[in-house]
Amino acid sequence: MRKFKEFIIEKLILICGLASIFFVFLIFLFLLKEGLALFKIITPLNFLMGKSWYPISEPPQLGILPLILGSLLVTLGAAIISIPIGVACAIYVSEIAPQRIKEVLKAGIELLAAIPSVVLGFIGMVTLVPWVKSMFGLPTGLTALSGSIMLAFMAMPTIVSIAEDALYSVPKTYKEGAFALGATHWQTIWRVMLPAASSGILAAVMLGIGRVIGETMAVMMITGNAAVIPHSFLQPVRTLTATIAAEMGEAVVGSEHYFALFAVGIVLFVISFAINVTADLFLHKRK
Amino acid sequence: MFRRLGLLLLVGMFATCAFAAKDKNSIQIKGSDTMVNLAQAWAEKYMQENPGNFVAVTGGGSGTGMSSLISGTCDIAMSSRNIKEKEIGLAKNRGIEPFEIKVALDGLAVVVNPKNPVGKLTTEQLAGIFTGRISNWKEVGGEDKKIVLLSREVNSGTHVYFKEHVLRKNNPNAKDEFAPGALMLSSSQAIADEVAGNPQAIGYYGMGYISPKQKPVSVAKDEKSEYVAPAIENVISGKYPISRPLFLYTNGSPQEMIKKFVDYTLSAQGQDIVLATDFVPIKR
Repeated sequence: MRKFKEFIIEKLILICGLASIFFVFLIFLFLLKEGLALFKIITPLNFLMGKSWYPISEPPQLGILPLILGSLLVTLGAAIISIPIGVACAIYVSEIAPQRIKEVLKAGIELLAAIPSVVLGFIGMVTLVPWVKSMFGLPTGLTALSGSIMLAFMAMPTIVSIAEDALYSVPKTYKEGAFALGATHWQTIWRVMLPAASSGILAAVMLGIGRVIGETMAVMMITGNAAVIPHSFLQPVRTLTATIAAEMGEAVVGSEHYFALFAVGIVLFVISFAINVTADLFLHKRK
Repeated sequence: MFRRLGLLLLVGMFATCAFAAKDKNSIQIKGSDTMVNLAQAWAEKYMQENPGNFVAVTGGGSGTGMSSLISGTCDIAMSSRNIKEKEIGLAKNRGIEPFEIKVALDGLAVVVNPKNPVGKLTTEQLAGIFTGRISNWKEVGGEDKKIVLLSREVNSGTHVYFKEHVLRKNNPNAKDEFAPGALMLSSSQAIADEVAGNPQAIGYYGMGYISPKQKPVSVAKDEKSEYVAPAIENVISGKYPISRPLFLYTNGSPQEMIKKFVDYTLSAQGQDIVLATDFVPIKR
């Protein structure tokens, strides 16, 4: 009887373990099935490189180059802001901060991760957007820069906690060896700890970026959503995620527009898959 | 044992779902953001007069309403545009017969910031501004500043109406589009807020959203005709050039409680509510 129970529980856990892979697989199949139907109507090259996105016109113009560039620009901006701050924060928390400050900081960072993105978007809309507008003398504050700043806040918790973990798991002997050779604290961090934890830190950065590129709500609220090819951070952009979120409700099921949104989903899936695989490679390199 | 328990739970879940969907005393209304306030007002008064009946109203845009009607997740779709051929086809495939009821009229107001000296435009100028041919306020008699275009997202009936009737001037073969640089905002309220805070912005929405923080622009059909302000009497008289009908769509001609609700919206009382929410009644 006990063996039987054991067997059942073991199998149940196995099913739970396989379930997530199974769901990912199903989601991917569904995405492919709905998205690939688009390419009967328009070639992949015209879809990826097309410069205008007018999905509900007759005939629809379905070029997502402005959307891809919009997503990449916002992500790049968020990375530029969040990586230095995030990594520096991780170094401080794991290497320098005294125990009590460390506890407070870690709790604070976890709290930052717990804020829903729509709340961040809302706060950004009423505080950051007017600030960006008056600061740079722009016609509107709904720009890629506003989106980047807000998303940097969202990427930071991921970057800090994983990078801190990576620094923490560097063997103590490395640090002690460096001190024994007469290195200062800063030299130890810069020359020994960071290189030793580099693959983990890179993984942290990649996962942070993965979070940014998939973020929807905050971006939709503060980037202006204009589907133009962006030339600077101070322009409105439209991201892949915001496009799907804003237009899925309207798309007539089975229309070109509907298929195009699924194809946008595939593009997004491919991008974040690539980012996650890269992060994984870095993480495994460490081990 | 665990398995059996799980199965029981699952069956229970499905059963409650099925019962919830078949409640005869409640209706779901979904669709046009323009009409949300109006439908909400109807629903509240209707529920006061018919205790026990429940009417739920959600927005999302005319397209959202249509796709919900087609997929059977709402009983009444609100729409600020006519149903599309494609949508009728899809509905028929699913055994749903969209039935159209015209319930009110709406004037589309074009608004600017009160600090903006420009107070009147022709439809030709509006088309020029929103397609991007005119990009500086000085070209239409304002200051030397860039125009910031605000538009609704493509799931909005207001967006579609404005494109077809202002940008394309009712010409079905025209290819005019909103300028790619136009900011797409997700609600009428977002446009109202942005216009209130940005002296260079111009946007459009249903007349009901006009407040002292925005300045409605008077519109003329062409340079020779009179400039008309977006006001209820001008929409009724047909003088104001940008007005449109608002619809409810049901599956087949309305029955039972849906019919009761639709009749209420068309009653004298219902039409008074139309007026009270700054729309234009169809019956006077």
